[in-house]
Amino acid sequence: MYQLNKVDKKFPGVHALKAVDFTIGRGEIVGLVGENGAGKSTLMKVIYGAYQADGGTVTIDGTTVRFQSPRQAMEHGIGMVFQEQSLITNLTVMENIFLGFESQFVKFGIIDWKAMAAAARHQLSKVKLDIDPAMTTANLSFAQRQLVELAKVLTLEERVDGDLVILLDEPTSVLAREEVELLFKLVRELRTRASFIFVSHRMDEVLELSDRIYVMKDGEVVDVVDHDEADIDTIQHKMVGRDIDKEYYREQKQGPYDTNNVLVSFDKVSLAGRYSDISFDLHAGEVLCLVGTEGSGREPILRTIFGLETPTSGTVSLKGQQIRSFNAQTGVSMGVGYIPRERKVEGIVGGMNVYENMTLSQMQNYASGGVLNISRERELARQWIDRLSIKTPSVFKDCGGLSGGNQQKVVLAKWRSAGSDIILLDHPTRGLDIGAKEDVYDMVREMCDDGAGIILVADTLEEAIGLSHTILVLKDGEAQQVFHGQPGDKPSLYDLVHHMT
Amino acid sequence: MDGIVTRETLVKWAPLLVLLVLILFFAVMEPRFISVRNMARIAIASAPALMVAVGVTFIIIMGSIDLSMEGTVSVSAVVFAFAFLAMGGTVLSWAWLALPLALIVGAVIGLINGLVHVRLRIPSFMASLAMGFVGTGFALLLTGGDRIRIEDEVFRGLLTERWFGFPVMCYVALLFLFIAWFIQSRTTLGRNFYAVGGGEELAHASGLNVDRVRVMGFMLAGVFYAVGALLAVGRIGIAETATGNNFMFISITSVVVGGTALWGGIGGVWNTLIGVLIVNVIGNGMVVIGLPGYVQDGVLGLLVITAVVLSTDRKSVSFVK
Repeated sequence: MYQLNKVDKKFPGVHALKAVDFTIGRGEIVGLVGENGAGKSTLMKVIYGAYQADGGTVTIDGTTVRFQSPRQAMEHGIGMVFQEQSLITNLTVMENIFLGFESQFVKFGIIDWKAMAAAARHQLSKVKLDIDPAMTTANLSFAQRQLVELAKVLTLEERVDGDLVILLDEPTSVLAREEVELLFKLVRELRTRASFIFVSHRMDEVLELSDRIYVMKDGEVVDVVDHDEADIDTIQHKMVGRDIDKEYYREQKQGPYDTNNVLVSFDKVSLAGRYSDISFDLHAGEVLCLVGTEGSGREPILRTIFGLETPTSGTVSLKGQQIRSFNAQTGVSMGVGYIPRERKVEGIVGGMNVYENMTLSQMQNYASGGVLNISRERELARQWIDRLSIKTPSVFKDCGGLSGGNQQKVVLAKWRSAGSDIILLDHPTRGLDIGAKEDVYDMVREMCDDGAGIILVADTLEEAIGLSHTILVLKDGEAQQVFHGQPGDKPSLYDLVHHMT
Repeated sequence: MDGIVTRETLVKWAPLLVLLVLILFFAVMEPRFISVRNMARIAIASAPALMVAVGVTFIIIMGSIDLSMEGTVSVSAVVFAFAFLAMGGTVLSWAWLALPLALIVGAVIGLINGLVHVRLRIPSFMASLAMGFVGTGFALLLTGGDRIRIEDEVFRGLLTERWFGFPVMCYVALLFLFIAWFIQSRTTLGRNFYAVGGGEELAHASGLNVDRVRVMGFMLAGVFYAVGALLAVGRIGIAETATGNNFMFISITSVVVGGTALWGGIGGVWNTLIGVLIVNVIGNGMVVIGLPGYVQDGVLGLLVITAVVLSTDRKSVSFVK
């Protein structure tokens, strides 16, 4: 029995956990859900010892404990299977499993590899993985690596008296559906050995697997639902704290798009190893959303449109003109604006100020003979600060010091002021708070009204559904299904998930 | 919040503060330290180093590193000297063409440097270090180990002609410092250096030709190394393979001590000016107050570590927020 009582955690400016109570019994599987920023990861970090709580107590079987490090938590039977795979890929499977705990196999300063292999095989059998422990980890599939991670955590069984608590952080995000089934079956069998805390964005999976579900919002546990009473809608409403209504995604502002004006046209385009045979048209005023799991080919498609990847076959046309040489300069000159997910902060260059960031993609328009006309740059920045109501003390402010939402606005101003009308948005609302998200949704609608076309990779499926006119569902680089959604007549989450996985 | 701002400001002005404290310290220890004569001595020693350091500043702002300066300086100096003597041996003849020629040689070496780094995808650190050795070797090949004397009165005027107590070469260095500042703050190229250093992926995703910026950066650095070479030759009147010696340590130390961040994106040529002065004030001051030379090296080493620690902290502050 592992218990948190009124656990509190504060960071400068953020009250991340507010008097959280959490209990997990022997052999239980407990789900943990919440939006980004609800406090899930902080809670997990407190549980496995990476953070120390500021207030409240942690008890195991009634005894109060306090972990200074994950290692101490492990000694009390708490193990973590990380979302980002934490195996070291150039080591062998067994080295990974016993990383940091090799001493049990050491005799006279030398590692007894045979003993380690045997022990590793024993661990792997717990997760029903039949591979050679001396294999290099890089050669395993993602699903296999996930199981190795689990096997690694299960070594705690031999080292620790008492019960195990294993945290699974988004374990299914890189797995195919069949692999997920296998993992769930395994977890259910392993209940005799350990209890599990299961964290996932995939609500249906959480419902399927968990005995109880903790719903978090703004650092608080807002509800604990039993498996039998759980229902996706209710939980989602509690996560958001209000209805995910049409207003939230500005559906009432979703206008029809111009079917005669094709901005981007993909005709049977393939990029070897990334995606194949993709066809779609993006029209002026349209939001087209690419939906799929990680690695389904969404990002390579964006990169192709922008010119960062050269397709192996098929034709790509921008504004009716077939593209033959793919590079970012061509993309920018054709009016493509790309807001990638891999951004240092939110798509701005930290250390550079507001106007420097805004003109980054269009410096040639503000320079003659390579010499910049800085007063014109400042003027542009002032205009857009007004137009998008960007909150910044001045145009000289280092963009790194702006809030995420304002940084996002600067990035959008950068592309829109340069006249870009094909906007590629990759997770534009990731890490933003609700208010800033709504600003981004407003901007999406405004850009459409101005005749821009938007290709979106949304942060959540709800966002994809709410924002887009057209949804292209991808799986393993292949188009699965196209949905057209008018306000009031949108595809459901289930429709999408059904084709995604 | 206030605490962070104060710290940021402190870190920003720390190099200047250090310089002033050093000057004050040496002036108190030995009043002759602040005589015009001694100040000129520091300026003369600083001028060539400043040019080389300014060149590498651009590279460091881009988040790369250039270690080819010793080779580039030697080759530029030697090529200049040969061409200068061959074409008449005085600035008043066609030999003045040797001056721009030296700059072109610097640019070409920088170009090769940049192309090797960008096209062959070799880390700039390795590519430039190797090019530096090639340069030193090439300079030795040209001279056969000889020293080439430049005795032209007009060219030596760089050192001998003094305005307000400071030789002409100091004003030349100042002029090029202003040119560098203009490039840094007023041109697309300068802006691009910061963009590449601050977020290379993002610069790329903004349609910048990052590879081209890199190559241009190395060329520009090469030109400044060549200016440094000319001043170095003007200072001692000799061009030889050893002309480039010590510039690597001095210039990188100066850039770092001046507060330009090694990971790129932060800093600039004024920081480098302060850095060069700090290094040379320490060097000169120690001699003036009569401390042995090896203490200097130790002090400089400590200074580099302090500077990096300070600026690294600044980085984590900007992330924690």
